[in-house]
Amino acid sequence: MAFDKMELRDIEVWDGNHAAAQAMRQCQIDVVSAYPITPSTPIVEGYAKFKSDNYVEGEFVMVESEHAAMSGCIGAAAAGGRVATATSSQGLALMVETLYQASGMRLPIVLNIVNRALAAPLNVNGDHSDMYLCRDSGWIQFDAFSPQEAYDLNFIAFKVSEDHDVRLPAIVNQDGFITSHTAQGVYTMADDDAYNFVGEYKPMNDMLDFENPVTHGVQTEEDWHFEHKARQHNDMMTKVSPKIEEVFSDFEKLTGRKYNQVECYDMDDADVAVVCMGTSVETAREVATEMRAKGLKAGVVGLRVVRPFPFAEIGNALKDIKAVAALDRSAPGGAAGMLFNEIAGSLFNTDSKMLLSGYIYGLGGRDLLKSHLVDLFNELQANADAGKVLTQQQQFIGVRGPKLAYL
Amino acid sequence: MLEIRWHSRAGQGAVTGAKGLADVISTTGKHVQAFAFYGSAKRGAAMTAYNRVDDKVIMNHEKYMEPDFVFVIDPALAITTDITINGKDTTKYIITTHLSTEELIKIQPKLEGKEVYTLDCITIANETIGRAIPNTPMLGAFMKISGMYDIEFFKESMQRVLAKLPQKIVDANMVAIQRAYDEVK
Repeated sequence: MAFDKMELRDIEVWDGNHAAAQAMRQCQIDVVSAYPITPSTPIVEGYAKFKSDNYVEGEFVMVESEHAAMSGCIGAAAAGGRVATATSSQGLALMVETLYQASGMRLPIVLNIVNRALAAPLNVNGDHSDMYLCRDSGWIQFDAFSPQEAYDLNFIAFKVSEDHDVRLPAIVNQDGFITSHTAQGVYTMADDDAYNFVGEYKPMNDMLDFENPVTHGVQTEEDWHFEHKARQHNDMMTKVSPKIEEVFSDFEKLTGRKYNQVECYDMDDADVAVVCMGTSVETAREVATEMRAKGLKAGVVGLRVVRPFPFAEIGNALKDIKAVAALDRSAPGGAAGMLFNEIAGSLFNTDSKMLLSGYIYGLGGRDLLKSHLVDLFNELQANADAGKVLTQQQQFIGVRGPKLAYL
Repeated sequence: MLEIRWHSRAGQGAVTGAKGLADVISTTGKHVQAFAFYGSAKRGAAMTAYNRVDDKVIMNHEKYMEPDFVFVIDPALAITTDITINGKDTTKYIITTHLSTEELIKIQPKLEGKEVYTLDCITIANETIGRAIPNTPMLGAFMKISGMYDIEFFKESMQRVLAKLPQKIVDANMVAIQRAYDEVK
């Protein structure tokens, strides 16, 4: 069945949701099985409109829940199709069981998560609770800081996920509302260029290959379960990162836009640095530049790849920094934040004398103000000057009431 | 950096207006942001939308803003909400109202001493487009007050932005933009 191509301007003013929907259209997906939820709804809605306007050849399956949405994706991927969907928050929480099925069955699926807080209390706004909820699910996780990156990372995610050495599903995260509903200029690719970058889908172990029958979704008890999980982890740890580097490099050759697993900003001679994700990275970069004008050597590290965690790259970026803040946008539930723990792990057993402190911020869409970041950089400089962390190791930014600090 | 805050009711087209303005400005080589506060707002609830414009890439994602312009596209909001919040001495206010600027300031003393411009976007929209969608008239008024672009260039650009609508509606919007440009004071 023929479908139409879309003429795009070189720069379109798109929000993150529309950017993701356009990228999905350009990848010529075989099956999108989806159930809408705020703030990711416009991805699914936009894609469905492309379908009804004859810009999409593949199937669009409306299902009765997010659990069914991912189940549909799993079936279609096992059958041998290119597959994607989108969700947020409570929808992702309902989907989690099937996320582990997808990764365990080694099915390349791309999932756009528009990050949103988890109830209770019910909240539709952006934080990283849902991203953290599935961080051990065996999915590759990319993180976009802007609509442009939400667009670009979809192509990159398909290309990494579908590689026959990888065959692991991939998530593209973007901040709810602050990216998903914020329109900014997005440099586009022509339909043919975009599709040629991801290329024709080449299935592996597909159920519809009747010459080579395979079984999916099997049961293994203590005799084989561990070996399967170990091999899956081995591939995540050894094969994904080199593939991501290769795809980032190919993408730069095509578009001129350079991505790194760990995005360093003004880090070469920095004394103090914040590590964060999402739109906060860009706001922190602006504040770091302003702090440098005041004589404070500030840098920012943005995490582009959340899983597999870029252990070596983070360690390398931070080893000579005097004081570092890990900013986690998720309620830590009785522990240090995820970034605090992973960064600590990256630099433990090394010669680094980095002073690390953790901050919880922005829950339920609470605004991260530039003034918060100014105070934060000053606090880090005080730690660097004193040669020790002067505060408790976990603090909260921007919450009302008495100051909260732990650990 | 130019920053604009819109005061609107959900359903009056502030988000569409902010995105349309961003689209037009983007074609002139500038960098733009257009966003809104939604919450779980229902149609008719008071809401705010925002624009940022700069010559370089906009990295600030704060929702906090000290606006250069405040657009009020629902007449009651100038009375029932604080449209001057986080304002600067230089902030310009363009407010839709059937009142004169002087009458408006009399019943909203917070506007005393501010640079206030008024027009009746609701009536203009009703008489041209046939519905109380005051977003495009506000942009016509903004062109007049800011002098940002020639009104003919702006109308041409908005025809492209609105191209998905029926031609009759597009034409009515052009009349609305021109009327607002001519009537704001």
